[in-house]
Amino acid sequence: MIRRLLPAWISWPRLDWSLLAALMLLLGLGLLVLYSASGEDPDVVLRQAMRIGIGLLALITLSLIPPHILRAWSPWLYAIGLGLLAATWVMGEGKGADRWLDFGVVRFQPSEVMKLALPMVLAWFFHPRSLPPNLQMTAIAFVLLIAPALLIARQPDLGTALLVGISGCIVIFLAGLKWRWIAGLVGLAALAMPGLWMVMHEYQKNRVLTFLDPSSDPLGTGWNIIQSKIAVGSGGWTGKGWLHGTQSRLEYIPERHTDFILAVLSEEFGLLGVGLLLLAYVFIIGRCLYISSLAKDTFSRLLAGSLAFTFAVYVLVNAGMVSGLLPVVGVPLPLVSYGGTSIVTLLAGFGMLMSVYGHRRFMR
Amino acid sequence: MKFRRLIGSPAGRPLKDPYLETRLFRSRIVTGFALLLLVVAGLMLRYFWLQVIQHEKFSAQSNNNQVKLVPVAPNRGLIYDRRGRPIAENRPAYRLEIVPEKVADIEQIFAALGALVELPEDARQRFDKDRLRYRSFDAVPIKFNLNEEEVARFAVDRHRYPGVDVVPYLARHYPYKELLTHALGYVGRIDENDLATVDPVNYRASTHIGKSGIEKQYEARLHGRSGMEKVETNVQGRVIQVLERQDPQHGDDLVLALDIAVQQAAWAALGDRPGSVVAINPNDGSVLAMVSKPAFDPNPFVYGISAAAYQAILDAPGQALFNRAIQGSFEPGSTLKPFVGLAALEEGVATRDRRVFSSGKFFLPGVSRPYRDWNERGHGWVNIESALEISVNSYFYQLALDLGIDRMHDFLAQFGFGQITGVDVPGEAAGILPSRAWKRERFKQPWYPGETVIAGIGQGFNVVTPLQLAVALATLVNGGQRFEPRLLYAAKQPGDQRAQRIWAPVGGQVPVRDAENWQAVQQGLRRVIHGPAGTARALLPLDGYEMAGKSGTAQVVQMSQDQDKQSSDVAANLRHHALFIAYAPFDKPAIVVAVVVEHGGGGSREAAPVARSVIDAWLAQEPE
Repeated sequence: MIRRLLPAWISWPRLDWSLLAALMLLLGLGLLVLYSASGEDPDVVLRQAMRIGIGLLALITLSLIPPHILRAWSPWLYAIGLGLLAATWVMGEGKGADRWLDFGVVRFQPSEVMKLALPMVLAWFFHPRSLPPNLQMTAIAFVLLIAPALLIARQPDLGTALLVGISGCIVIFLAGLKWRWIAGLVGLAALAMPGLWMVMHEYQKNRVLTFLDPSSDPLGTGWNIIQSKIAVGSGGWTGKGWLHGTQSRLEYIPERHTDFILAVLSEEFGLLGVGLLLLAYVFIIGRCLYISSLAKDTFSRLLAGSLAFTFAVYVLVNAGMVSGLLPVVGVPLPLVSYGGTSIVTLLAGFGMLMSVYGHRRFMR
Repeated sequence: MKFRRLIGSPAGRPLKDPYLETRLFRSRIVTGFALLLLVVAGLMLRYFWLQVIQHEKFSAQSNNNQVKLVPVAPNRGLIYDRRGRPIAENRPAYRLEIVPEKVADIEQIFAALGALVELPEDARQRFDKDRLRYRSFDAVPIKFNLNEEEVARFAVDRHRYPGVDVVPYLARHYPYKELLTHALGYVGRIDENDLATVDPVNYRASTHIGKSGIEKQYEARLHGRSGMEKVETNVQGRVIQVLERQDPQHGDDLVLALDIAVQQAAWAALGDRPGSVVAINPNDGSVLAMVSKPAFDPNPFVYGISAAAYQAILDAPGQALFNRAIQGSFEPGSTLKPFVGLAALEEGVATRDRRVFSSGKFFLPGVSRPYRDWNERGHGWVNIESALEISVNSYFYQLALDLGIDRMHDFLAQFGFGQITGVDVPGEAAGILPSRAWKRERFKQPWYPGETVIAGIGQGFNVVTPLQLAVALATLVNGGQRFEPRLLYAAKQPGDQRAQRIWAPVGGQVPVRDAENWQAVQQGLRRVIHGPAGTARALLPLDGYEMAGKSGTAQVVQMSQDQDKQSSDVAANLRHHALFIAYAPFDKPAIVVAVVVEHGGGGSREAAPVARSVIDAWLAQEPE
């Protein structure tokens, strides 16, 4: 009965159960760590669980939608995303940086939309074209990439801008951009660095400077890095035990339930915990890449592959930041950090991957 | 249309080659995944480096982060009077503290706190001085004894002031206020001078130290030993839990020989007149009362007196900060006569029966100026007892002359004149007991016989403190045993079941050549009150005991011998000081009293009733 009420392209979900199991495991682990990081605040955990619920709903919904529909939506989603970013320019609000749009009921970061919309629009762009991309196509792809990245950087949210930019670069890379050109672009980026430094805000410069030498400002910006490293290092092989991380309990770790939640995990579960966590991530990424390789059309495989690698970049950047290898950029640990839109976006992305998986035999 | 061709449609483009594209894509996926595995391996190495190789270092840093050794101040010992009434207590109170390292802008925080609580006007300067002696990240107190409203107001705004906190502590409190100040003293904020005298480690958690009186004298006993707490603190420095605790050892509880009832009797009897009363038990040298008037309430000094309030105390007449009992310099006048008399008897220059004729005027050979008796017509023939009874100057002029100043000095020195008594209240004055050597040293002048004459009646160079008079009289009545007087009666150390009695040390023993000489002098003193012509017979009748004593009148301004000494028309501040020394009961002395009423006039009229009140108060009590 119901079947007939729905559009013909809706099909029963065909989920990749092993990927879903790995995601659930990670989400469960995240809630466990969050409970400890929040100082055993059940409200925080409950709110996060609710967001996970919304995210899973998005995941299942998107898994029902076949990739060609997603492809058809791509340019529109991208346009909406750009429009919202432009809107933050005019009416945004947030802690010092106008990243948030407040619609009365819903408050969210338009840059989150772009995390999905940009890979989608690029995959859509490359889909009908012969690959590897020629110069013209590459140039257009970069224009599509740079427009939102600049708008996000202006907010200012350099970290997200870079990540969104990287997600776009991944699509172009997967599309088969020639290695020679890649080398040329990397060289160009290196040359652009000083220019970037010039337009950076004071606090962004500080982050980079203190990353280079945390001890230069042990109570100021260097504090985060120092305390995070102490938390990680004091964890040892097996950690101090769940709920027993002193660095976290005594509030020495900054942003401990959001960006630095990995420091809490490292402190309480040690190297063993970090290893298992990274293993889970690698499994998820590997599985996603496998799904992308099953896909028969360009859009599906580019979208799936880029989502998997973007996810990987988040993990690596966050883990690098917490261990003091990278400067402090506001990148949450995907699926584990506390935070609303991030987790929903991520699960929505996995929903698209599920869709690619579920519809792999029906590609046109 | 051109745009559509460019972006939207593959029209006019090379055809896609699915096989090639799939291969290209898969190779990119494999390359990317290999890169990912490489980076993940690198990350694992990084975490291995932090968590295993450098684990020790970070572990130690983590412990340093959260574990702090905090000194714990011991509770100061309590002080009781001899009947167990608390006279120095510890009361729960709150103080405001700042951890300077955690405050970004000290000026601003002081301005903000000033709106919440009433800060002393010198709080800012005080803080700059104080913080020097605190270790970094230690809290520096900036205000003591917050009232409840201030505590509540701060509690509401506390989160706005990181590094500032209100902490409970025990504040010293003196329930009897000014009654005991000069004996008991008080505690105040520790300053650099204090720190030089104590072990700074033991005082790290302490904020107050004994500044005067018993509180200063017995600081070491009262303070106790500070303890240590190993505490876990959060990033704001607030204590989360105590991991280990080495309890501080509280100070000794002290029992003073002072009796509040006797002290109050002396206080009341002095009335509004400046003066001093010291009462001693002649049998053990314990101090039963030590009053100096005017006095001040010590409690504001404990939590930091304002400059204005301090100035008010300084400006008030009578020098309230001055402890007359041990620092006052008074001419002993006739109260010295019993000692001069005993000196003459014991040194053999006079017998008990020796009589001297008083004509009203005493002449030194070759000197025309007379030395007078208080009765112009003279007192006729007198011996030691009657000379004391009616205070005949001529008798003592003669004895002094016969003794000579140096023999007189040596004998009187045995009673403690001219030297500190060694009482356990700091700041004692030594007084003056003149001799040839003393005068040569002091004035580079020879001694004149006339100076010996007036020394015989306690005038001239002689200067005593009320405490010295009391000690000397106690020595006279207990058979020559001179105690170093003690306010401390007993002390209870932590762990003691009861207080251990502490005895006053004996400072010296006056040799007794002939006990009857001593009895004769004591009889003379008894007759001052009980004799038919006794100068203090107005005290009679007494409540069932016999009392002995001697009045004295100390000159404030050196008047010519011819001037009328009647005090009624002399301005109050030029009137003589009234002195009286006494003891009772006569046959078994239990209390010795020395009284000085400044500008009181005649000793018998003004000071003797005070002495009697004090003795009554002591003898009226149940024996302990």
